[in-house]
Amino acid sequence: MTRYSALKLLLLLGIATAIPASLAQDWKVLEEDELHDPSNPAVTILQDPEEALSVLAPDTAGNKVDWVEAVRQGQIEPRASLHGDVEGRKHDTDIVMRNTLDFPSVLFPHKAHNEWMSCEMCHESLFRSVREGNPITMAKILDGEYCGVCHGAVSFPLTECDRCHSVVDARPPAPSSGAVVPKE
Amino acid sequence: MKRFLKSKRLALVVLVVLPIMVAWAEYGDVVINVRAKGEGMAPVIFPHWFHRVRFQCSVCHVDIGFKTRAGGSGITMDKISQGQYCGACHNGEIAWSAENCDFCHSGMPGLETGVEGGHKTAGPGYY
Repeated sequence: MTRYSALKLLLLLGIATAIPASLAQDWKVLEEDELHDPSNPAVTILQDPEEALSVLAPDTAGNKVDWVEAVRQGQIEPRASLHGDVEGRKHDTDIVMRNTLDFPSVLFPHKAHNEWMSCEMCHESLFRSVREGNPITMAKILDGEYCGVCHGAVSFPLTECDRCHSVVDARPPAPSSGAVVPKE
Repeated sequence: MKRFLKSKRLALVVLVVLPIMVAWAEYGDVVINVRAKGEGMAPVIFPHWFHRVRFQCSVCHVDIGFKTRAGGSGITMDKISQGQYCGACHNGEIAWSAENCDFCHSGMPGLETGVEGGHKTAGPGYY
């Protein structure tokens, strides 16, 4: 299969999964989600997703919640530790990855990620903190490596191409990914 | 293969059959059925959405030590009652205690371990 036809197939799969998601009700009640056992009495006690999620910043994919925006608007304040809040290291450098074939370059915002997790979540196990130290490919991401450990499982899904591939510029692509763009 | 890709039949499969395969569970729900089925217990359904309203990712995945692979953490009820994994919170202090078996073991029998909406469902992880 050529790279082009593989991409086309991928795109079709993306559309196919996006369509039912957009046609569906936003949130299923637990009894009808095809996971929970409706005969389990606890299912009527547990919270339904709609009650918690419908009041948060809306989104079109995943949980239909913009989780980063929900934190920034103060709608939720997820704790950073179990016992009292700790002030972790903060990092807000944007990373631009330019080795993306014909697609727009990828902008990785440390800030949005750091608002949800500490550095140790990714470094140094998933991502090495060195320039050009991470041979990321879409194939690996789709297989659950690198960004795909979270995106496509819990964080916004991999159908949302342009949220990462968001930088269009005329500069020739760098020889490989990982150029650091300092914040102003 | 190339000809098949261009055919209307594939479009039909992709647009009609795949959506039917998509489960309607909440995105990020985790089914854990590693030991439960052998013990005659219902599978565990872990709702990511509920927990992330309350905690940042690294509380569980760094501090408590849950792996980022469904079924990969080696959770047992013994460990939970010793305060590990779920037991770090579900101890009657931070959250309700693990005596409420049905709250977690709430899945339909026979479910496979995995993340709903994730890499190994009908999502883009199959390519």
